[in-house]
Amino acid sequence: MLSRVADSLYWMSRYLERAEHTARLLDVNLGLMLDEPASAAERRWKRVLAALGHPEDVEWEGEPYRLTHSLTFDGEIRGSIVFCIMAARENARHVREQISTEQWHRLNRLYLQVTSKEHATAEEALALSFDEQSSDFLQSVMEAVHQFQGVTDSTMSHGEGWQFIQLGRSMERASATVRLLEVYHHDFWGQPERAPEDNEYLEWIGLLRSCTAFEAYCKVYTADLTSGRILEFLLLDAAFPHSVRFSIDSLQDALSAIHAESGKRHAADHLTRLAGRLQSSLGYSQVGEILSADVASYLRGILDQCREIHTTVYQMYINYEIQAALAG
Amino acid sequence: MNASKGSQFDIPELRNYLLDHAYDEMFAGRDELHPHYEPLLKNFLSLPPGELRRRKQSADVSFLNQGITFTVYGRDEGTERIFPYDLVPRIITGSEWSVIERGLTQRITALNLFLRDIYNEGRILSDGIVPREVVYSCKQFRRQMRGLQVPRNVYIAVVGSDLIRLENGEFVVLEDNLRVPSGVSYMLTNRRVMKRIFPILFRKCEVRPIEHYTQALLGTLRSLAPEGRPEPNIVLLTPGVFNSAYFEHAYLARQMGIELVEGRDLVVHDNVVYMRTTSGLRRVDVIYRRVDDDFIDPLAFRSDSMLGVAGLFNAYRAGNVTLSNAFGTGVADDKAIYAYVPQIIRYYLSEEPILKNVETFLMTDAKQRRHVLQNLDKMVVKAVGESGGYGMLIGPHSTAEQRADFAQRIQANPRNYIAQPTITFSRAPCLVDDRLEPRHVDLRPYILFGDKVTIVPGGLTRVALREGSLVVNSSQGGGSKDTWVLSE
Repeated sequence: MLSRVADSLYWMSRYLERAEHTARLLDVNLGLMLDEPASAAERRWKRVLAALGHPEDVEWEGEPYRLTHSLTFDGEIRGSIVFCIMAARENARHVREQISTEQWHRLNRLYLQVTSKEHATAEEALALSFDEQSSDFLQSVMEAVHQFQGVTDSTMSHGEGWQFIQLGRSMERASATVRLLEVYHHDFWGQPERAPEDNEYLEWIGLLRSCTAFEAYCKVYTADLTSGRILEFLLLDAAFPHSVRFSIDSLQDALSAIHAESGKRHAADHLTRLAGRLQSSLGYSQVGEILSADVASYLRGILDQCREIHTTVYQMYINYEIQAALAG
Repeated sequence: MNASKGSQFDIPELRNYLLDHAYDEMFAGRDELHPHYEPLLKNFLSLPPGELRRRKQSADVSFLNQGITFTVYGRDEGTERIFPYDLVPRIITGSEWSVIERGLTQRITALNLFLRDIYNEGRILSDGIVPREVVYSCKQFRRQMRGLQVPRNVYIAVVGSDLIRLENGEFVVLEDNLRVPSGVSYMLTNRRVMKRIFPILFRKCEVRPIEHYTQALLGTLRSLAPEGRPEPNIVLLTPGVFNSAYFEHAYLARQMGIELVEGRDLVVHDNVVYMRTTSGLRRVDVIYRRVDDDFIDPLAFRSDSMLGVAGLFNAYRAGNVTLSNAFGTGVADDKAIYAYVPQIIRYYLSEEPILKNVETFLMTDAKQRRHVLQNLDKMVVKAVGESGGYGMLIGPHSTAEQRADFAQRIQANPRNYIAQPTITFSRAPCLVDDRLEPRHVDLRPYILFGDKVTIVPGGLTRVALREGSLVVNSSQGGGSKDTWVLSE
């Protein structure tokens, strides 16, 4: 497979996952906001911005709906939902002949939906109606991404290209979940002297819902929400698809499949070691140990390792030196 | 009009249907239908009111969702439009088609021999059939190709020639496209949509299939692989996603199951071309290139090209890779060379041309130039190297100012222009609102030339959608329609 194609498939998948994650984060927080006084909004939305990695050109200005509208529709903002969908579609367009027609149709329809003229021209009118319809709209984005994933699984050969799509999705999902945990850790359980707030229950629900994890969590631990269990579930659960451990397991699967297909001539030791180390660390960690040590640096360590895996994948499969390839 | 006879023109859908000296594809005269259009007209008129419009919308949605669009530049992002097209198929009978098929086969065979000759012995030049200076002054003439052996001596593997129909119904060749002809994906996708929209009619008419085009293209490219490469790696080289024909490049690559590559995917080492894959570098044997000569290799041609591959030409010269079409083929579709094509056919094949040319005046000839300058308002003047309807003067539709401008340009650089009498292309029925109205059309069949000549029965019928317009180019308000070649 062409390196450029692998690159595009990987980013197409990451951007779609990011669009879905952003849509869910906004939807969940718009909902929770209704249950609390307006004075609490600042803390909430600053946390959302932090969880999204502080997108450039967006600041909290006291207007939740304006903020969410920008994070949804402003194509100029890197990381807005429209931006991510446009970027995903642009990547798909570059590899139009590599993905199935059904995949392209599903993605293209989503793109047409979010960029349609009614939104772009009558922006103000929309800002009004968005307040009322935001949930419908955000839901429809999430559904479209889910459908795209379903169509991808059932119409595209599960070969190397598909594996790069899985790789992108797992990488994005693991990073997004870790960043969410980081932010909640910083705001809540990372401050031991802090007395529990009245409505903290709401925040735990919010965190779980942001990862579609509320129902899955309850099945394991019942609706008894404690920060330690939530951390354990979102970080270390082996079966839940949005947990970090699950994502890294999928990432490792994708990497081995790609290696089997393409990497035979490479010495993949470095990449194998990196991914394997992260996978085992998540597989064998216990939440008690993590909590008793420095949680923040543990989480940061995971993000750093993800970044290093990304760089190494690019060095091995995509941006390699021509001379080295000719020699090898 | 004789009302008691129940004239076809009483029907609301056909009111305003203009018939004049131009050949009409559907009507031989008032109330006289060409028989091969009968099932179509009957079917259209039997549909309930508004049904055609509904089907048109259904087709629109299908094109849009498939992303068969082009980008409108200079507007805000995401302004993509579907290519304009018309729902009413253009129908060609089996016997009309067989003339076209034989005529194009003859023409392309001769043009290929011409290219081989001028880049090697140059017999036709020594024999004075085509003047040396016309060939050597052509911008598309590539000195680098002199004496170079191309696989199977095939220079032009993929060709699209533009035909028009004169007032007497005869097909003639308006121009040849021997460099990187485009549009074949619209022929294929138009057909696919039409089969969905008019299944019953399609079946009744016994339309000949065109689906095998991509297979034939792949076979043609494979037959041109360098020797000793029994399992050639064939790729399609595109300028990239911003090219207006990108949809077509992606479409063809996918249909053929070959890699779609950009210049940055390829590297040349020791005169061998490789593509950069996730499992390392992989050798490339045949390149179906959709990048112009000028941009394909910054070392051999334009050094400012970002689209090409440095060293590609040397790899080609070394015989390690085949490019289709070859370099320098544009010399044979130069509009001044066009005027010599009938002589070229006679010279190499000792046959009379089956498809005629449009009468063409060479501006380098003093007598012909004088004649043209005196009659500019009746002429169409074209720049010899341009395509896409650019650099053209359409005499009858021009202002005195434009004519003066062209007269000056012709005198300043006679080699750069040719002139032809203004021809009224034939008209075919098109759907305008809820009515059928005639619009001017041409026809671009696609010819493949490898170990044999293949022409799929059909082509791209381009339509001048604006009323009265003669310009069919998609860049200038033209559209397309499906072309049905019947078995009979």
